[in-house]
Amino acid sequence: MKLRTPLAKVRGLGSAKEGTHHWWAIRLTAIALVPLSLWFICSLISMTTLDYLAAIGWLQSPMTSILLILFVLTLFYHAQLGIQVIIEDYIENEALKITGIILLKFVMLFAGLTGIVAILKVFLGL
Amino acid sequence: MAQFTLPKNSKIKKGKTISAATGARNKKIFRIYRWDPDTGENPSLDIYEINLDNCGPMVLDAIIYIKNELDSTLTFRRSCREGICGSCAMNIGGTNTLACTRAIEDIKGDIKIYPLPHLPVVKDLVPDLTHFYAQYASIKPWMQTQTPPPPDQERLQSKTDRSKLDGLYECILCACCSTSCPSYWWNGDRFLGPAILLQAYRWIIDSRDENAGERLDELEDTFRLYRCHTIMNCTNTCPKGLNPAKAIAEIKKLMVSRTV
Repeated sequence: MKLRTPLAKVRGLGSAKEGTHHWWAIRLTAIALVPLSLWFICSLISMTTLDYLAAIGWLQSPMTSILLILFVLTLFYHAQLGIQVIIEDYIENEALKITGIILLKFVMLFAGLTGIVAILKVFLGL
Repeated sequence: MAQFTLPKNSKIKKGKTISAATGARNKKIFRIYRWDPDTGENPSLDIYEINLDNCGPMVLDAIIYIKNELDSTLTFRRSCREGICGSCAMNIGGTNTLACTRAIEDIKGDIKIYPLPHLPVVKDLVPDLTHFYAQYASIKPWMQTQTPPPPDQERLQSKTDRSKLDGLYECILCACCSTSCPSYWWNGDRFLGPAILLQAYRWIIDSRDENAGERLDELEDTFRLYRCHTIMNCTNTCPKGLNPAKAIAEIKKLMVSRTV
């Protein structure tokens, strides 16, 4: 390794031709999360005095379900993109890094799907 | 895997004290990082007390005074003494800057001087910039064209297009910005860092260059470009008052604009 020229080390395996989509997606989801989170928090606060049935009623409105599913999708996609960057930044060990990223994607997909199924379950009254 | 001890030569010992300010009214204390590769010992922080009446106004004047009058073993790079060569970049009072353009009186209390952070140290205040220069070479910092140059004149550029290079061409590659960037500290092996990305943008935006697309292709990489998280240390520290963070943001905008 020591005999490789400095330029050979820098050029390495070349450019990945990737990264723009990740960067753009994390920004778009961040923008989308501003109104969605505000709406979600305001809705939760406005329901603090209501009972269980009223909450179910709120969840069963189609617009609520659409916005909630959007919120869950965006939230977990954004979290996955963000945590992936943190892993890439700080984990130097190649094997650990790749394992971390794979686990992250699986966990976030599972969590997101769980949320969506829960919302649909209430919405459809199952 | 997990590393529980600091790398070799990380711990800085107390060093020697040399005083040339007995009875001086205008006294200033310099604490300077020293490391000699030949002894193999850990680095030390040497203390030099100097009489400011005996030396010029800038930090560089003080360390030249120390080398000439007090301790000739002190090693550092310097050349132009007017902020255009970038040789005397070092960490002064906690900020990467040029010793020649930083006034002593602007720094309160003792002046601590270290080499640029997170680079291998050659000796004392001299860091190893080999990798940094290789990264600069990798972006091909020269004009690339498909069209042959006109036989009877220069390649022309409008005043508006020329003005796009303002704030970029002034970069002297002193490495203050790159070595202040946490992303460059952690991933400098693959991340190009603010200085090199500013230089890359300087060629991308040059109206006479015809290889902007190829240049963007080379930069489109999760590490080379996208390790920049807009921390802005680069812009804060630049001794020439440039804005590498903005140049990087412009590159990212170009990346997106060619996909949407």
